[in-house]
Amino acid sequence: MSFSLRHVISMKDFTREDIDEIFELAERLERVASGVPCRLLEDKLLALLFYEPSTRTRLSFDAAMKRLGGASIDLGSVEASSVAKGETLADTIRVVGGYADAIVLRHPSEGAARMASEYSRVPVVNAGDGVGHHPTQTLLDLYTIKRENRLDGISVALVGDLRYGRTVHSLAYALALYGARIYLVSPPQLRMPEHIKSDLLESNIVVEETSRLEDVFESVNVLYMTRIQRERFAEPSEYLAVAGSYRLTSEMLSGVRDDLIIMHPLPRVGEIDSSVDETPYARYFKQSFYGVPVRMALLVKLLEGRDLV
Amino acid sequence: MKDGLLIRSIEHGTVIDHITAGQALSVMRIIGINNGTSAVVSVAMNVPGEEMGLKDIVKIEGRELDSREVDKISLISPDATINIIRDYDVVSKYTVELPSEIRGIVRCRNPNCITNTGEPVASAFTVAKDPVTLRCRYCDHIILSDIAEQLI
Repeated sequence: MSFSLRHVISMKDFTREDIDEIFELAERLERVASGVPCRLLEDKLLALLFYEPSTRTRLSFDAAMKRLGGASIDLGSVEASSVAKGETLADTIRVVGGYADAIVLRHPSEGAARMASEYSRVPVVNAGDGVGHHPTQTLLDLYTIKRENRLDGISVALVGDLRYGRTVHSLAYALALYGARIYLVSPPQLRMPEHIKSDLLESNIVVEETSRLEDVFESVNVLYMTRIQRERFAEPSEYLAVAGSYRLTSEMLSGVRDDLIIMHPLPRVGEIDSSVDETPYARYFKQSFYGVPVRMALLVKLLEGRDLV
Repeated sequence: MKDGLLIRSIEHGTVIDHITAGQALSVMRIIGINNGTSAVVSVAMNVPGEEMGLKDIVKIEGRELDSREVDKISLISPDATINIIRDYDVVSKYTVELPSEIRGIVRCRNPNCITNTGEPVASAFTVAKDPVTLRCRYCDHIILSDIAEQLI
């Protein structure tokens, strides 16, 4: 056992060994995520502090904790809490750390989770800090690739808004740890930032860039689709033209590799036609399910130390 | 230029030499020299140096620098040397050293960084050399240029 993280703030804090250890445990916990009773975290309390709206991340942490026999407490809406009275995050964290055994935090400011971890006596899990990090999303994405295909030497196309999407940024870094070949598919105005591309190239992996989705169909094992947001475009017509060219339908999938898997962090708004749901390639609902065992594994590692399981 | 002293020597105080050309005014701001300063201060800018092109020099009478000021100077002028003068003699001379981490001396340029939101936390950066590059410990934002403007 090598897992050494006290908090989960950024994928950059993880070694490949840490990730592998989480995944090994997650796989064993999939049964529990599906409803097999478990009391591993009985008597443990998880605090959910969401300063920004989130449905699935919050629900999936809540589900993970309860499936493990633990309980959760929720800050509720920010408007109704002491935050509305002007309390600093540093104070809230110290107070809540006195109530719960771990804290899950989503906050609109970059670096909020890192700061919170410095004030907290209990483990802090970053569930998104502004446009910064969202490491549990990256872990569940990687886990999906591992479970539904393989991680080593895989070819992955990241499709859509690669400029602003924090999910694809940290996924790209994580894939580099596994020597993936990465295809970046986006409209020119939403390309992956240069500094990330140069970091990826420095890690000696193959990175190719294109704006045409059809260029990559025959080459990749994973199509990772993301949402293109309307507000990134000045003209509505421009948005419609771009969004239309990144819309995946089942007709487009002839000639793809047999082992192709299609992923999406959800919610989708038209990037993947519902006709794709019935193809053997669709994995996005499986992917959202995997969020539960992966978060369970993290909670167990953080709350129960190294030698419990 | 004829040989000779460009600016007069000082009896007690500090000479900051080999300042990156053009940064003398920032150095003065760092050490708190302003229109209320009564000490003798001499400034030379764009002086031809012996080895590497132009440099600035700041001399201040009756004043020694603390480590925080030296750290700040190192960020905008990593080759500066600090000479402590007593009775006209140099009693100590050293080159500033770029710290590997700084706390509370530079403001993060990302307005949405947690260190800019009224929380009680001090800004913190890891520092890389050649060129001086600061990476925010909290939001990962990188500061590569105009560091002087971000000094607290």
